[in-house]
Amino acid sequence: MRNTLTLLCLLVANTILYAQDCNNILIGEVIDYHDNTPLSNATIQIQGKEKHYLSDAMGKFTIKNLCNGTIELEVSHPECSTRFIRIEISGNTYKQIVLEHHLEELDEVKVTSSTINKTNSAQENILKTDQLERFSGNTLGDALKQINGVSSLSTGSNIVKPVIQGLGGSRILILNNGIRMQDMEWGDEHAPNIDLNSAENVTVVKGAAALQFGGDAIGGIILLDQNRIPKKDSIYGKTLLHGISNGQGGNISTALTRTYKNGAYIKGQASYKKLGDAETSQYILSNTGVSQLGASIDFGKLNFEEGWNAYYTYFNTTIGILRASHIGNVDDLITAINNNEPTIVNNFTYTINDPHQEVSHHLGKLNYYKRFQGVGKLNVQYDLQQNHRYEYDIRVGDDKDKPALDLKLTTQTVAVDFKADSYDKKKITFGILGRHQENYANPETGVRRLIPDYKKADFGAFTTMEYQLSDNSSIDAGLRYDYSKIDAKKYYRTSRWEERGYDTDFSEIIIDDLGTQLLTNPILEYHNFSGSAGLHYIFKNNDQFRFNYTLAQRTPNPAELFSDGLHHSAARVELGDLRIKSETSHRFAASISKDDLSWGYELSPYINFISDFILLEPTGIEFSIRGAFPVWEYRQTDARLIGIDASMYALWSSNWRTDHQFSLTKGKETNNDMPLINMPSARFQNGITYTKKEWNNFHIELQSEYVFKQNEYVPNIDVYSPQQDQEVELKINTPPNAYHLLKLDSEMKFNFDNKALTVGLGITNFLNTTYREYLNRQRLFTDDLGRSITLKLKFNY
Amino acid sequence: MTITNTIFKSIKKASIVAFSSIALFSCSDDDDAPEAVNEEEVITTVTINLTPIAGGDAITLMSQDLDGDGPNPPVVTVENLAANTTYNGTITLLNETESPAEDITEEVADEDDHHQFFYTVSGSINNTTYSDTDENGNPVGIMFTLSTGDVGAATLGVTLRHEPKKPNNGTLADAGGATDVDQSFSLTVE
Repeated sequence: MRNTLTLLCLLVANTILYAQDCNNILIGEVIDYHDNTPLSNATIQIQGKEKHYLSDAMGKFTIKNLCNGTIELEVSHPECSTRFIRIEISGNTYKQIVLEHHLEELDEVKVTSSTINKTNSAQENILKTDQLERFSGNTLGDALKQINGVSSLSTGSNIVKPVIQGLGGSRILILNNGIRMQDMEWGDEHAPNIDLNSAENVTVVKGAAALQFGGDAIGGIILLDQNRIPKKDSIYGKTLLHGISNGQGGNISTALTRTYKNGAYIKGQASYKKLGDAETSQYILSNTGVSQLGASIDFGKLNFEEGWNAYYTYFNTTIGILRASHIGNVDDLITAINNNEPTIVNNFTYTINDPHQEVSHHLGKLNYYKRFQGVGKLNVQYDLQQNHRYEYDIRVGDDKDKPALDLKLTTQTVAVDFKADSYDKKKITFGILGRHQENYANPETGVRRLIPDYKKADFGAFTTMEYQLSDNSSIDAGLRYDYSKIDAKKYYRTSRWEERGYDTDFSEIIIDDLGTQLLTNPILEYHNFSGSAGLHYIFKNNDQFRFNYTLAQRTPNPAELFSDGLHHSAARVELGDLRIKSETSHRFAASISKDDLSWGYELSPYINFISDFILLEPTGIEFSIRGAFPVWEYRQTDARLIGIDASMYALWSSNWRTDHQFSLTKGKETNNDMPLINMPSARFQNGITYTKKEWNNFHIELQSEYVFKQNEYVPNIDVYSPQQDQEVELKINTPPNAYHLLKLDSEMKFNFDNKALTVGLGITNFLNTTYREYLNRQRLFTDDLGRSITLKLKFNY
Repeated sequence: MTITNTIFKSIKKASIVAFSSIALFSCSDDDDAPEAVNEEEVITTVTINLTPIAGGDAITLMSQDLDGDGPNPPVVTVENLAANTTYNGTITLLNETESPAEDITEEVADEDDHHQFFYTVSGSINNTTYSDTDENGNPVGIMFTLSTGDVGAATLGVTLRHEPKKPNNGTLADAGGATDVDQSFSLTVE
């Protein structure tokens, strides 16, 4: 016994002795970032030393004779980006090293894109290339509705604004290749100016947790990105053709990419869409055609240590607005609501008449990054965007061909951020941003400006941090500050100025008095703070738990501040308020999910308390020579949104799969328990898919979508109808009935050498159901779309 | 240390470029006041002149809304009609936000095949009839006749529709189109 003890003591002493003599062992394990599989044949080298080590089939390697202290390893792998890692050696040490897999496959379909999460603890969903390609002939908003909890506020079928968990418009940021879109998102009938075909994957982050992109995403963030460019001499491309029956048109989209071994690449993409009048199950929707052109070019040189790229995209669309939705006054509106069919139904045509919109968007970006060994990555980005919007109304006489609205919005942004990612367990990012924006409203329209000329300057600074607590848990936190200053020159009608009470509150901003109009110079400043904190935990059985809290503040948009006047296309007077201040959201969200081979689920409840929530709702009517018009006013209130997104899938055999989704959002004003306007109704989706790999990757999917009736809505208003000479209820808030739609999608793929042809057939509203959707603004005038059959062809080469 | 220095230098440089460019853009444009827009198509004033066919006092009905689509409602002025009388009527539309006032009736007359006035009556006014037609022989309503009945209260409503269905059965519901004018006059027939 005594001997044994002595021996033990000796051994321990020995170890300590040896330790001081630099005899520690480092056992490392190299794994893939994406799926944690071991990476064999990774080369490991201690910085400053010659000797190389290779990882074995299990991804393991051993380095002997190390001293206590810090060493830096360079870990490289033929298919991965090289990493420099600092390791603290303290006795014998074990270290797991994660490498990011660089995709070697050139077959574009197989490219799994970046499945890297944008945040640590927020709810995120991604649409990959093949899921986006099915919607090549549709809009971004249509494609996003595949994601549970995402709905849309639309005006007909061509203007589709995404809504995340009940919040849309300025509460959602859209990032196109890392650029925050500045495309007048403030209008309900302003669709995102994005060609879906230019994106290869789309991520939706629910809530404002991704602070690096902005602090005001109270609803969420939509990120459109490109797949990784392979570092290899190659050229590849694809062309998609969609023929669409409803609208009797289609879409063609093509993309070609040339890549080089040295990291250089150039990629060009273009698409064109043309659709004529759409149809419901019963009648033609006159003047609902669309034509759309999108093109982009992307080139640069991307290497691990350093890289740059330049990106330019152009988007142009002409969208017809349902003829019958252009109405004169409140009596026309009452008539339109009471009629089951639109008052104007003409023969099918591709011609787009008035009212219509013509919108173009230019976006250019320059990006440069450099990685500093053992410290992190510096990223500098500049972008310039110009959005030009014309809206044409039905006008007479000399003004017939003049737009009623002509706005040009020019935005420039410079952003610098630094990601310190060389730490063992933590990752810190900080960055700053400066932005200048100018809006020009052309007076040539002969219509008083809805949105005035303004200049806006923004400054933002943020820092975010992620910390790995253990192998299966990590926490994150972030802080952000944003400053905005709006300097506007706006004409007010003297009568409106007084009606708003501005003559007492803002008399000092008048710079010119024209008698019936006042020229004013509102200068408004906002200081916004946002923050987030969250936890991500992985259970032993690979179930995942996420919890996230975000504080977000949003500066009011120009429509909320300055709207003043009759919106002819909507036959309503919209009134903003200069007194509107930033809205503040406190959002708590949790999610528990499982993603197994045979089944999976996600359960994500959330609650969002928004103080000073800005909303637009009907409040009364105003009279003019043209008759009475409903007045919609912006106001602020405290609101609470509560909801859940639940989804599940199961693979019953190698051929059969089912998918189930349910989403629910409830929005209330907290002080009076009144429902919020325009909240999406609950929806329940179920799909069944049959796949047979042997039959040229045959797949067929039948999807059922049941949309409940929105039973919580703002009360209608009573208006005086001059025609009926009495007060009548204007049923603008009454929601339509529940509906059920069936959708079919099938596909087959034929391979020839390294080319491929994919043939697909999709049918939406299979049963040609007659329905109206609460969040389609044209539901007052018409039914929604009837059956549409889409033939899809895709060539990969 | 040197790396950190390099980084900070890089950040500093980038920031300087960023903010100086923004400063530049902010300063580059002049501070000229934007041009005021005087709405061209606004109808501020509807005037109906009624002249008795058999002679007598002409009367004027007017609805005037000088702030157009602004918050103030139209101001209506009327005179009393004589009982059992037929009047020749004309309607005039003005945009008085412009100086001199623009006569919108001329624009309506130029595009009379795309416009139509509709008159609705009740009480002591018996009826109105159209006195003019467009190039297709359909009524326009810039000129019309109005017949009163016995003494009492009456209303006269006038609606101008653009792009109505033409010909139509004389009702607003059948005509469709969008409303440019919609005014109602409460009158006394004495």
